[in-house]
Amino acid sequence: MAQITIKGVKKNYAKTAVIHGVDVNIEAGEFVVILGPSGCGKSTLLRMIAGLEEISGGEIAIDGTVVNQLEPRERGCAMVFQNYALYPHMTVRQNIGYSLKVAKLPKAERDARVMKVAQSVSLEPFLDRRPGELSGGQRQRVAMARAMVREPKVFLFDEPFSNLDAKLRVAMRAEVRRLHRDLGVTSVFVTHDQTEAMTLADKLIIMNAGNVEQIGKPTEVYNNPASRFVADFIGSPAMNLFEGEFDAEGQFMHGTGGKMNVSQLNGVRVPGRKVVLGVRPEGVRRTGADTHGAIPAVVDYVEELGASRLIHADANGSRIVALDNDTAEIKSGTPVHLSLADSALHLFSLEDGRRISH
Amino acid sequence: MERRAVYRNKVLPWLLIGPQLLLVLVFFYWPTSQALYWAFTLEQPWGGGNLWAGLDNFLYIFRDDRYWGTVLRSAFYALAATGLSMLVALTLASFVDRALKGTKLFQSVFIWPYAIAAPAAGVAFRFIFSPEAGLVGAVNDIWPGIWDPATNGMHALAMVIVCHAWLGIGYNFVFFLAALQMIPRSINEAGAMDGARPFRRMLDLQLPLIAPTAFFLLIMNIISSFTDSFGLIDTMTEGGPIGQTEVMVYKIYVDGFKGLDYSGAAAQSIVLMLLVIGLTFVQFKWVERRVHYN
Repeated sequence: MAQITIKGVKKNYAKTAVIHGVDVNIEAGEFVVILGPSGCGKSTLLRMIAGLEEISGGEIAIDGTVVNQLEPRERGCAMVFQNYALYPHMTVRQNIGYSLKVAKLPKAERDARVMKVAQSVSLEPFLDRRPGELSGGQRQRVAMARAMVREPKVFLFDEPFSNLDAKLRVAMRAEVRRLHRDLGVTSVFVTHDQTEAMTLADKLIIMNAGNVEQIGKPTEVYNNPASRFVADFIGSPAMNLFEGEFDAEGQFMHGTGGKMNVSQLNGVRVPGRKVVLGVRPEGVRRTGADTHGAIPAVVDYVEELGASRLIHADANGSRIVALDNDTAEIKSGTPVHLSLADSALHLFSLEDGRRISH
Repeated sequence: MERRAVYRNKVLPWLLIGPQLLLVLVFFYWPTSQALYWAFTLEQPWGGGNLWAGLDNFLYIFRDDRYWGTVLRSAFYALAATGLSMLVALTLASFVDRALKGTKLFQSVFIWPYAIAAPAAGVAFRFIFSPEAGLVGAVNDIWPGIWDPATNGMHALAMVIVCHAWLGIGYNFVFFLAALQMIPRSINEAGAMDGARPFRRMLDLQLPLIAPTAFFLLIMNIISSFTDSFGLIDTMTEGGPIGQTEVMVYKIYVDGFKGLDYSGAAAQSIVLMLLVIGLTFVQFKWVERRVHYN
């Protein structure tokens, strides 16, 4: 078990900066997920921890030792790659045991350790096969076994499940979770799949364009997004975001003259202040026309989800999505009235996208 | 589904392949059949009147110690030139593959020697290796007489082999580099994570994965060193000193064109041809059963 300290870490390729100074503390035994859209620098950050990318600025320390100048083999990390990166010419046994062979462990001990790890991921029947003869899920397990056999201080996962089908992905997620519970090794997991991130993480790091947007527990990030980007990125269906400003009476004006009564946002309703108002679809309810503060809208289309449905509607030029549990049919073009749940409102500055607390 | 073009006209397809067929016949099959004919007859130096000789020409060269000397020398030449050329090319390719500084430049620079004709390279290397004035000859200033390809057969052979290897490096380099770059980068990275140093990764991961390419190059290089060595030897040593750089292909030339022993030279050509065919056959057998990973 090891803790990882990342201080002001930067990455430049030639003249382009891809990571602009990241500070993160990862506690020993923690399962951290780095989540972000493609190209946000999350894989690069992971590869810098692994030692596969040079660190252009700042410092990474594992267990108190600065590893900037250390080779990957000296850092005590094991990595699971996106495309598995198994050695195609070696059997499963040789693949798993390669690091031990390089470390010159006696053959008997090597075999014993390979066997033990293979058992823990149910690979014993396949030990003498080549990776080419295995299914995607089996290859994935070989990749994990290969990382585990070294008994590393840190596990690094680089989008390991992105080549698997949806069902297998859920199964592997559970397996990774179980392994982490059993071994308790500090793990850093990179993904662009938010469900994967939410279910796996002790701590979630949201990255965007080379910067950390927010660090926190998954529920914290979901309930209190620190920026407009996080609000938009986390949650499916995505949060409704309206750009607009407060008028003299403190009403929120958006789109082509639509007004929303947001009296619950006391204290921040500065007239003329340009903001982004966010509300998750589950915070939007259908109400009667006579409800105080109801927003009139016209149904655009309805997305059936089975147990519930999403109503996509137009409120004075602003798109609004509501999660609805009613089963009565609604045709597009039907006028409806929507209200926003008090507790579900988020407010962000239009200027820099940061959260405005209220 | 297989797509085939069907010609209704019976003559047109023959007209289309005619020129190529003619070239192949005139420049390959006609000389080959001529050599085959001479190999089994006794061809007079000044023409006119062949005698059927059966296998006598072959028996004659097989009983000749000097011929076996050239066979052994050719084998040594082939192995040394191929080994040297492939080793240097592989080293350069693995450096370029590791994307060190200047990779873009070297990628194209290393192929240039392949574009140089063997006799031209031979002349250049004769100057470089000249014991009196050449670059390498400078060692004679320090230790007089240590380098003398004009009288020392080993020196002369080494000189030709180095030149031959140099000419092949570009070709080998391009194939090795392509093969190395076909290996997913992450496999190398996985090796690094597993604790293997670059040289260990080369031996354990990269070499096994480029084995099919390496085998192909091995055969191509060996064939080339049996047949293409002529131009080099002719410009650099003319087989000398005292036949010490005479390889199979050069002996064919000397016996046939200098000694006017057409039949003996033809028989040697047939032997060389069978040798090359044999090597090619081995290669095709290998390529067919080549290991397919993934």
